[in-house]
This record gives sequence, C-alpha cells and structure tokens, in this order.
Amino acid sequence: MMREAALLELRDVAKTFGGVTALRDVDFSLKAGEIHGLVGENGAGKSTLMKIIAGVHAEYQGRMRLAGRDVRFRSAREARDQGIGMVHQELSIVPELSVAENVLLGMQPLNRLGFVDWARMRRIAREHLASLGLDVDPRTPISALPLGMQQMIEIARVLFSGARAIILDEPTSALSPPEIARLFALLRKLRTEGLSFIFISHFLDDILAICDVVTVFRNGRKVAEAPTAAIDKAWLIERMIGSGHQELEESYLGEIALQSRADAPIVLETAGLGLGTLFQDISLRVRAGEVLGLYGFMGAGQLDLARALFGKIPPERGEIRIDGHPVRLRNTAAARRAGLAFVPESRRSMLFSLEPLYKNISISILDRISSLWLRPQRERDIARRHIAELQIRPQHPDRPLGTLSGGNQQKVALAKWLTFLPKVLLLSEPTRGMDVGAKEDVVRIVRGLRAAGIGIVVASTEPETVLSLADRIVVMRKGRITCEFANEAVSKDRLLAAA
Amino acid sequence: MTGRAENAVRPAPALRRAPWLRNRLRNIAPFATLLFLVMLFAIASPSFASLDNLANILQQISVTGIMAVGLTFVILCAEIDLSVASIANAAGVILAFLTAQDASVNIANIPLPGGAAIALAIAGSALLGAVNAFGMTWIGIPSFIMTLAMLQIGAGICALLVRGQIAYAVPKLIATLGNGSLGPVPWIIIVAAITLLLGHIVLTYTRFGRYVYMVGGNREAAEYSGVNVRAVIATVMIISAVCSGLAGMLGVAHFGSAQQDEFDSYLLDSISAVVVGGTSLFGGQGGIGNTIIGLCVLGVLNNGLDHVNIDSFLKILIRGLILLAALIVNVYAQRLKTPMPGDGAG
Repeated sequence: MMREAALLELRDVAKTFGGVTALRDVDFSLKAGEIHGLVGENGAGKSTLMKIIAGVHAEYQGRMRLAGRDVRFRSAREARDQGIGMVHQELSIVPELSVAENVLLGMQPLNRLGFVDWARMRRIAREHLASLGLDVDPRTPISALPLGMQQMIEIARVLFSGARAIILDEPTSALSPPEIARLFALLRKLRTEGLSFIFISHFLDDILAICDVVTVFRNGRKVAEAPTAAIDKAWLIERMIGSGHQELEESYLGEIALQSRADAPIVLETAGLGLGTLFQDISLRVRAGEVLGLYGFMGAGQLDLARALFGKIPPERGEIRIDGHPVRLRNTAAARRAGLAFVPESRRSMLFSLEPLYKNISISILDRISSLWLRPQRERDIARRHIAELQIRPQHPDRPLGTLSGGNQQKVALAKWLTFLPKVLLLSEPTRGMDVGAKEDVVRIVRGLRAAGIGIVVASTEPETVLSLADRIVVMRKGRITCEFANEAVSKDRLLAAA
Repeated sequence: MTGRAENAVRPAPALRRAPWLRNRLRNIAPFATLLFLVMLFAIASPSFASLDNLANILQQISVTGIMAVGLTFVILCAEIDLSVASIANAAGVILAFLTAQDASVNIANIPLPGGAAIALAIAGSALLGAVNAFGMTWIGIPSFIMTLAMLQIGAGICALLVRGQIAYAVPKLIATLGNGSLGPVPWIIIVAAITLLLGHIVLTYTRFGRYVYMVGGNREAAEYSGVNVRAVIATVMIISAVCSGLAGMLGVAHFGSAQQDEFDSYLLDSISAVVVGGTSLFGGQGGIGNTIIGLCVLGVLNNGLDHVNIDSFLKILIRGLILLAALIVNVYAQRLKTPMPGDGAG
C-alpha cells in the first residue's frame, strides 16, 4: 500500500479500559479520495478506534499521523478543527432549525451590528448544497425532510466545517434503497474531489457496494484488510466470526439444530403489527414451551417490537392474540394481566436499586398476593424461594438491590416473573454485557421456563444470544421480517447474511 | 462474577465508613434541626417551652399538616402539586357559598343543608384534583405546569364565588371541627393527627402505598413491572386535592372567614414541611414520619420567632434560609444514596 499517500495513518494503536483491552496493535490507514469500510461484530473494536480518531478517547497508545504530521487529539473539538468529521447513527441535526441554520450551525455569518445575517446565511447554504448536488430550499425546517435527506444535510454540515476525512457510523441503517442510492452517489462524487470516508456498517452488501477497501476487526484486533473488488460477503463473514482456534468456545461456529414444537398450542400471535417507522407488518406465532429468537441489527426493530408486545409503546396497526383471544394492550399493566412478562435490556429500567431485594421481586405480583394490605412476610418468603432457586447472592431478602452485582440484579429482574408463571415471557437482550458464567445462568433459567411450558421471545442484536437460546429464529431488517429459520441447522454466518 | 462487581458497587471510601449515618441523613438532619430549634427558643424565651405554647404550635400547623399529607403522596411519586393552597381556598369558599350567610354578607349564594355543602365542597376539590390528574396522565402536561394552571383556576373559582366579599358562616360540623375542642384538645389537632395517621397507614401498609414508593423510586421500572403508573399518579393527585379540600374547609372555620387569597402562604408552608422533613424531591424516599418532623420544624420556627420578638420582616428571610438548607440536605442525601449503580459490570 502506498503509505506515503495516506491522509490518516495509525500505527500500533492500543487502548485499554480498566484492565480490559479494547484494541491492540492496530495499524490503519486512510488514503485521500478513499472510502474505507470497517466491519466487525459488536465489541470488536470498531467504535473504540473511531473514537480515538475523532478525539473522544484522548488516552491511548500508539501514533497517529494526519496529512504527514504527527497528531494527538485531546478533544473531539481538536479533531474537528483538524479536519476529522463524524456523522453518528443518531443524527446530531437540530430538528427545529432550518436547513441553512443546520448547515452553518455554530458558524452563522454576522452583520456589522453583530446580528445573524440571514440573507447571507441562506445564500452560503444554497451555494454549498448546490455544489454537492443537493437541491433543497435552505429555509425548509429540517424536520420536514425525509431521513435520508437529513443525513445528507448533516454530511454537508460536516463538510462545511472543513472536514477532509469523515467517519460515517451505520449511515444506511435507517435508509430505504433509493435513499441509499442517492447517498452513495453523493459519496462517489465527494470521493472524486479527494475527500475520504470511513464507512462503518453491519450491512455488508452496502460495504461491498460503496467501499474501495475494507478492514475487518475481531476481538480488538485488525484481522484483515482487502480491496472490496477482490472479496465477497462470505469472505467478510468468515473473518468477522473467526475460524476456529481461540474463539471457538465463545462463538457458535458450528451449526445449531433448531427444533420448533409444531404440536404445542399457540400462546401469542400477532397479525400485521405496525408502529410508525419502528416496525411494520409483523406476523408472528409463539407456541407454548418454545423459545422464539428475534434477531436483527441495532435499529432493526426487534427490541421495539418486544416493548410493544408488553404494552409500553402501543402499536398503531394490527392485532395481538393471546391464547387465541384478541387483546388490546393499552399499558404495561394490561399486558401483565393478559399473561405477558417482560425483562428490558437495561438494568436501570427494571430495578429499584434503593429498595430491598424482596420488594423488587414482589412488585409485579403484589396484586396476586395482597388485595388492600401488604403482606411483607409472604413477600420475603417468596423472595427467599427465588433466591435459593436462582442462587442469588447475597441471600438476604432485605438487602438493597443496588448492593448486588450486575449478574445477580439480572436474576432478580427475571425472578419477579417466576412466582406466578406468565404465558409469554419477553426478553430483550437478556445476556448483554454479561460474563460467561452469568450467561450460562440465564440460559439455564430460560431452558427451565421453556420446560414449564412458557412461550418465550428473545429479542437481541447478538447472534450468540439468539443461537444459544432459540428453538426458532425470525430475522428482522429495518422494521420488517426478512426470513425465518425453523427445523433446520443454522449457523452464525447464515444469520448474519440474512439480517 | 460476584466478587469484583460487588467491590465496584461500593460508594466512595469516606462514606463507606459510616453507612448507617449516610442512609439515615435524610431522617437525622430534620430531627436534629428540630431539637436544635426547640433548645434555642427554650433558652431564648421563657414563654416558649410551655404546655400552652405546645398546643399553640400544634394548632398552627394543623391546617398545613392536613394539606401536607396529600402533598407527601405527590412528592413521593416525584411529582409536585402547586395547587394545594388554591384548591383548599376553593373548597373553603364553596363550603361558605353553599351555607346560609348572615344578611350583611352580600353574596348571591345557594344555601344547602350542611351535609350537602360539605359533600359538594369535598367533591369539588376531588374534581379539581381529577383535572390535574387528567392533564398530567392523559395529555402529558408536566405536574409543575399543570398544577400552576390549577392554582390560577382555583383562585378564579374563589374570586367568582365571593366577588371580593367575605363570608363567615360554615356548617355546624365544620365549625366544630375547625374551632371547637374535645375536652382540652382542639378538634383541628385531632383531625390533623388522624389524617396524618391515615396517610402513614396507607403509605406503609397498603399495596397502593407500595406502588407510590416504587413509582417514585423508578418510574420506568415500575412500568416494566406491569404497574399502572398513570393510575397511581392520577390517584395521588386526587388524594392531594381531597386533603387540600379538607384543610380548606377546616381552615375557613378556624380563621372564622372565607375569602379570596386566604391560603396563599400555605402553598410554601406545606411544600416546605414535606421537603424540610426529608422526603426526597426525586421521589421514592421519605414518608409521613418525615412530614411530621418537617411540620414541627416549621411550627417551632414560626412560633419561636414570635416569642423572641424578632423583626417580622427578618422572619420571612429566616424561613427562606431554613428551606434552602433543607433543600441542600435533601439533594445531598440523594447523592449519598445513589452511587450504588443499577448496572455495575457483571
């Protein structure tokens, strides 16, 4: 590779958080006029590297050179001033402001009196947008534009602030195919003008369509780099997952045989469920004693679907049936009474950290064990039973929950649904951020509940989670179901390819 | 899995040494303040520490106390009700409006039997509370703004009904409860004590009370546990309004008149009582016990300042400073208790 032509070059970069190595021995180079793809699973080190480049992480080992000069950014602002731009998955536009105000955000031209010179601002914005081939009235409120256009306006803003290298984080995850085509046309045009892009994405087809070069990360290391002309999707997936050796135990390389229970009664069924842009046309069936995995990338809609099934965000269209009866879940209390249970992905949103353990467990069953008066002894007895069953430590039911470790808190979040078993248990990212031991505990608990005849839905962005738990897997992409794996052997690469 | 993560969960070293004190700062600080004030005034004024004066103080905090019961429910839910005094005033005015007044009172009122007047005044305050509840839970107006609007609405109702006049007569039952005595003990103290006791029982021993604490402790977690959070919040707003209504009726009887702007100072007093007592403004921590201590602090302070003959304008400033100190302790106590994260590595 022509190192001397590199716009941005990193050598031997490493980063640790506490004792955990997030990135080690990474060399990375981005040439002028190049679109450089970056792929890897969650936690592979992509975002750590991007945050180092963008100045968010100032503490790291190794060297970085920008346009032939050694640089060491101490803040995101410093990186921006030197020409590093970043467009996040969650856009940082200001929806209430006009296109012109967004493009010139923080750089509004002032007139002699020190007020904003609106006419000049609009003219500059119009000229800048026109130079990018974007035909938008600068006075339009940006929230009135479709998402794809908002994203291109944001790119225009980053360019206007003087960026020469722009990091795009999952730029296509929310776009429709025509919007993607327009985005790619813009990127190709800018590439001919010598601008460089780092293109992070889970969508490997998009990577192969737009990038010149792609770098693969796995477990904090750069494992491969190749021109996209020479490779295909299977090659990328193989390198993302790894091929044997040390990762074998952690990842599910082998095929997992799925066995759904076609004879069991259907406990939960949805028909044509839809909510805004979060998910559309969701028709699913969950049988008693079956674990249905809902897999998709971040933002694919499976986590929102789980919330909707628990009445947290009521769907706008479609029908939910429980045991064959249509139900309307206006709120979470209605969902609970209908026999649904839910464990959200974030511990903070399911636990009362200042309250004792037993109150955390009994909160979801209070109306079943007491009518008017509380029965704290009964609550403690129930808590003791779950503490013993799930091996929760420490064992005392009066300990404030905040003093428990994360894994034990997760068990408490499950325990509160186990006193009176629900018909359907919805789990959102049940093993995220857990160590191996805690994950095994969750798998064991879920297997036990399945054996008890509960229908279980596991929604996750992590293939391992779905593969280790599910009997049947439904894959979602951009809010829609794309395919289903049942009664067949499935492996991680097939799952990734389908999402 | 357990060992390392548990260490990470421990708060800062200085606080680890005294966890007992740290967890009870919320309760200890108000109690210490009360003891300090009592001793201060007892030394400064010989007339302060007497049985008569104790009865005085209790009588002075009774109306505030009844109002503060409902407000405790609201603040435990991490909401606020700025309309308590206004609803109290409205209930008192409605009661007088529905009672036969002396010929000298120039109000086009509608005399009803005493029982009906009381029932309608209570129903009226419950209705105002229900409007608060509706605005907050169905429309989604933050409680601060919603109850600010209700403060105006309540004032408007009073203005329309009395039209600048003053009414004096209230039904006999209310007159007795507000102004009469059972033996040596004024009825208003007994009613306040019963209301506080009921509030404590509901909060501590009933399922609804648990929901109030849990909704205040972590609203999202309560929702994800299948608790009908909107129903809980709607109920506390109505409880608060009914307590205010009761306070307003008794207050009118106690003061001997019903008029506009009669309860204005009670908004700040009742909020101060709850917060000075140590109930967390962030919800989920505290209770009626705290409110009682807070009431006593305010009562002793107001009464004691009279006994030591302090400039009455300085009194206002001192009360403001005491409230500020209580807020600082309140926020500080919250900060001491929160550093046990709900999501340590694990």
